[in-house]
Amino acid sequence: MSHTPIDRLAHATPPAMARRVRGLSDRAIAWLFVAPTIFLLLAINIFPLIWTVRLSFTNYAANRPGREVEWVGLRNYTRILTDDGIWANMQTTAHFLIWTIALQVVIGFSLAWLINRKFKGNDLLTTLIVLPMMLSPAVVGNFWTFLYQPQIGLINYVVELFTGIPASSFSMLGPGGLAKWSIIIVDTWMWTPFVMLICLAGLRSIPDYIYEAAEIDRASKWRQFWTITLPMVLPFLMLAVLFRGIENFKMFDMVVLLTGGGPGNETLLASIDLKREAFEKWRTGYSSAYAIILFVTVFGLASIYVKALNKVKER
Amino acid sequence: MLNELNSDGQLCDLLIGDSQWIGGGAENGHYVKLNEFFDANAISMDDFAPATVYAYSTWPKGTPNYYALPAMGDANGWFYRKDWFARDDIKAAFKEKYGRDLAEPKTQKELLEIAQFFQGREIDGQKVYGASIFTERGSEGITMGATGALYAWGFKYENTPGKYDMEGAVNSPAAVEALEFYKEFYKTATPPGYDNAYMEQSLDAFKSGQVAMAMNWFAFFPGLYADPNTGGDKIDFFVNPAQNQAGSTLGGQGISVVSYTDNMDGALEYIKWFANPDVQKKWWSMGGYSCHKAVLDDPNFVNTAPFAGDFLEAMGGVQDFWQEPAYASLLLAMQERLHNYIVADQGTAKEALDGLIADWTEVFEDEGKL
Repeated sequence: MSHTPIDRLAHATPPAMARRVRGLSDRAIAWLFVAPTIFLLLAINIFPLIWTVRLSFTNYAANRPGREVEWVGLRNYTRILTDDGIWANMQTTAHFLIWTIALQVVIGFSLAWLINRKFKGNDLLTTLIVLPMMLSPAVVGNFWTFLYQPQIGLINYVVELFTGIPASSFSMLGPGGLAKWSIIIVDTWMWTPFVMLICLAGLRSIPDYIYEAAEIDRASKWRQFWTITLPMVLPFLMLAVLFRGIENFKMFDMVVLLTGGGPGNETLLASIDLKREAFEKWRTGYSSAYAIILFVTVFGLASIYVKALNKVKER
Repeated sequence: MLNELNSDGQLCDLLIGDSQWIGGGAENGHYVKLNEFFDANAISMDDFAPATVYAYSTWPKGTPNYYALPAMGDANGWFYRKDWFARDDIKAAFKEKYGRDLAEPKTQKELLEIAQFFQGREIDGQKVYGASIFTERGSEGITMGATGALYAWGFKYENTPGKYDMEGAVNSPAAVEALEFYKEFYKTATPPGYDNAYMEQSLDAFKSGQVAMAMNWFAFFPGLYADPNTGGDKIDFFVNPAQNQAGSTLGGQGISVVSYTDNMDGALEYIKWFANPDVQKKWWSMGGYSCHKAVLDDPNFVNTAPFAGDFLEAMGGVQDFWQEPAYASLLLAMQERLHNYIVADQGTAKEALDGLIADWTEVFEDEGKL
């Protein structure tokens, strides 16, 4: 007599049901378990994606239920790809993405390198450093708005203290070209600890005996860094870059609270622009095309990046 | 609110909607047409101030098709530190600089002069600034502020009403001059960091004693007058000054019956009750801005509040933004063009207005109106 889980299940169920279960193959039962998840995935992710693709070829407006929906072909895509304003927003997004990632990687790795050494108060310092990433982006956006305020803000006061430039003579979030750097500073302040933690995990995964062997071979600290530390931490670092890249490509809340995309369009990231098109102007068809273009961009870049990451891991 | 209406929601029986919503509310079937109800219950639109009926109730504009009862009249006005204006040292300094008495401005250019006079001045040991104006980027702020100057210079949305022929109207020399004026105002007479300011920032700047003058909606004036620190005898009010003509930016709302309500009788009964002259008088006495002639035409009305006369004057010269169903696209385009020019220093006023015509033309083409 067999005592497989399927048999036990069959014995515990009414005879009619048991007959049905006994007749199922392992593969069928596996599908039975996976089916709800697949159904949910199709309903929540895949169907909306397909529906968005369909809408992107129409003039549909969600706030105009009575209006006839027209098939407009590639018009939405053509308009987006030939719109100078949208290209400017993409450049703003790229500027934000590249600088935040670069700064977070450099500072995060440096902090991890320092924290990885054993010293008194190490744990307390680590906890303090990771505090910013525990805060809500809404809170961060609001209190940095006050820090940047020209009349009462701490930042302008500190600048005046060290440079003599009057605090009220410039605005970190206003015109003058500083706003795009101000949002980078805030994001770097908030998310560098995240990169640091990932790098720290990487540093702590390197076995001590490798460094001991290098010491015996009289390798300098510099050489050890380039030939042991960096190559072994690289997969972790690349993972952090992937996470931060995806997150910052869709950055919305913090920047909206800090600048609202302004002054003018200086900090208008693609995600903020897309939200305005979709849910303020209600150009649903147009914004669907916009979303598809952004999706293809992120998906394409992420796929290339993941392939590179896998190659690094295989080395 | 729009999400609620678009989903045929029954959350609200009645909706006090912004004037710009009336086109979408009517064309998309969200609001009940009230003509028959008004006729059956002897509610006459002739009993309400004409500007409010036009702005809050009619669609298409100016036609006798009513989708709301005028509920809350409002316009963008100004208030100032009356106690500062009355100080001898300040009055003397102003007279010496401009050769005239310091008083409520009669023109937009006088308004700017007064604001520039106060900019950076020290009063009671504190550095103060000229005025707080609307510069907000995200929703409607900078448009509501700048149109105060544009309307005073004679700005028109179309050459011929209803034809959407904007070239020469939207970007007329007068409009260009008005926009340049608003930019100069922002650059030379506002507190530092006021590059994204709207209603609440204007109120904060005034109540904290930072500015000599501020713009805001009349709806806030009762609260400002009651403020223990900067209200009472320290504050006074004036209507948006004219330049080439009188003109104020319209605010306010009508009250509409939502067509999806499951309590239609109750909603209509409320409208009937609210249209009653006695209820309208009480509405005004409690701080609401009635649009009913029984209130506004009362000879004693101007004495009922220090801003009552200004409110009457403002409502006589109000202009509103587009009220088209696509108003949101039109508004956000204007927000972007104005903020880019005024705050972010990009391009010229003419380029901003030319660009605005291009944006609006695209919207009207999509709407099938051009």
